Amino acid sequence: MKDFIANNKLGVAVGSIPVWVVLYLSLDWLAGILVYNVFSLAENEHLTKAIYFFIFEVPKVLLLLTLIVFVVGIIRSYFTPEKTRAALEGKPLFVGNIMASSLGIVTPFCSCSAIPLFLGFVEAGIPLGVTFSFLIAAPMINEVAIVLLFGLFGWETALLYVVMGLIIAITSGWVIGKLKLERYVEEWVYKIKSQHAAVDEETLTINDRVDRGWDAVKEVVGKVWIYIVLGIAVGAGVHGYVPENFMASIMGKDVWWSIPLSVLIGVPMYSNAAGIIPIVQALLGKGASLGTALAFMMSVIGLSLPEMIILKKVLKIQLIAAFAGIVATGIIIVGYIFNAIY
Amino acid sequence: MMNIKVLGPGCTNCKTLERRTTEALTALNITADIEKVVDYAGIATYGIMRTPGLVIDGKVVVQGYVPTVEKLKEIIQAPLP
Repeated sequence: MKDFIANNKLGVAVGSIPVWVVLYLSLDWLAGILVYNVFSLAENEHLTKAIYFFIFEVPKVLLLLTLIVFVVGIIRSYFTPEKTRAALEGKPLFVGNIMASSLGIVTPFCSCSAIPLFLGFVEAGIPLGVTFSFLIAAPMINEVAIVLLFGLFGWETALLYVVMGLIIAITSGWVIGKLKLERYVEEWVYKIKSQHAAVDEETLTINDRVDRGWDAVKEVVGKVWIYIVLGIAVGAGVHGYVPENFMASIMGKDVWWSIPLSVLIGVPMYSNAAGIIPIVQALLGKGASLGTALAFMMSVIGLSLPEMIILKKVLKIQLIAAFAGIVATGIIIVGYIFNAIY
Repeated sequence: MMNIKVLGPGCTNCKTLERRTTEALTALNITADIEKVVDYAGIATYGIMRTPGLVIDGKVVVQGYVPTVEKLKEIIQAPLP
């Protein structure tokens, strides 16, 4: 039995999907039983609604996150930075920007790999603007952000976020490319010649890939679950205590300066998507407009002071300033578009 | 003696890789020089774009993930091509 499981990991994973679906669909019912029958809370009270919200949302978002991170983990085992780099080599500017941004979503990326990846791209002769499209898209459009937006606000918001993120990554990279800022990359970067030819392509079996999927679940869910629980608790809590239109006067649709101000506050801040989305949810619940709240979120996870300090090792300050300025401008424009649509 | 390099700027994964490599070596009763390569220029010369990386006698054997101790034992014992 144990051997069977070890040799058929994909089968086991697929076999668990019905269990997942049944669990997911019974969450509403289970939360109802817990709140009304086990805790015997009175219906229609504010506190009851808040507790119900918490008991229903936490397992829902965690279940969604586990499934998506697992699937994305398997998909990502097919994409490596080496393959992405090979795909981008010799592509003209605009096409390269589109490809780099899209590949940024699926290629495995962590902020500690940003510099090695940057160096690897430069050494292969990939244009600076195309490299930046990748570096902008990779952290901003990630599966945690997509799952949380989908789980808490619906698929339209999640899709819009992805599309807007892609537009920012493509155009910002394109502008950086057009400005010809190559001279602001530290000189030593161009002198690197790796002594070793390309590393042998790993051969992964489907079992290995399922393992990578599980590794991703352990790593991501293990890291972000606490933010999700806390965030949803805050989201459930503020309903009762903060007035409904508290944020409308500073982050509402009619306040034109709210978007630049939110982005200005958001840029130096750093948080992962799981930490910031519950805050976004609280802001939205209290009258902030979608464009303003999402612009704030994009500026927090897409640009950050720690990231710029890391980039300082390979880029001169002028280029970092240009990068931050261009991306921030892109986020502000997208924020206004969001507010105009909704 | 075997020469092992752990490539990585000092993130959690790099530390885990170093610890597991030491564990695997102890379990196999192999003594080796373990060096850490933390500067980006040094890491880049090995042509890897994902950290952490593990280099045994000049050859990159792991990049971009942290193998289990068991897997590391296999990697360490595998004959170099």
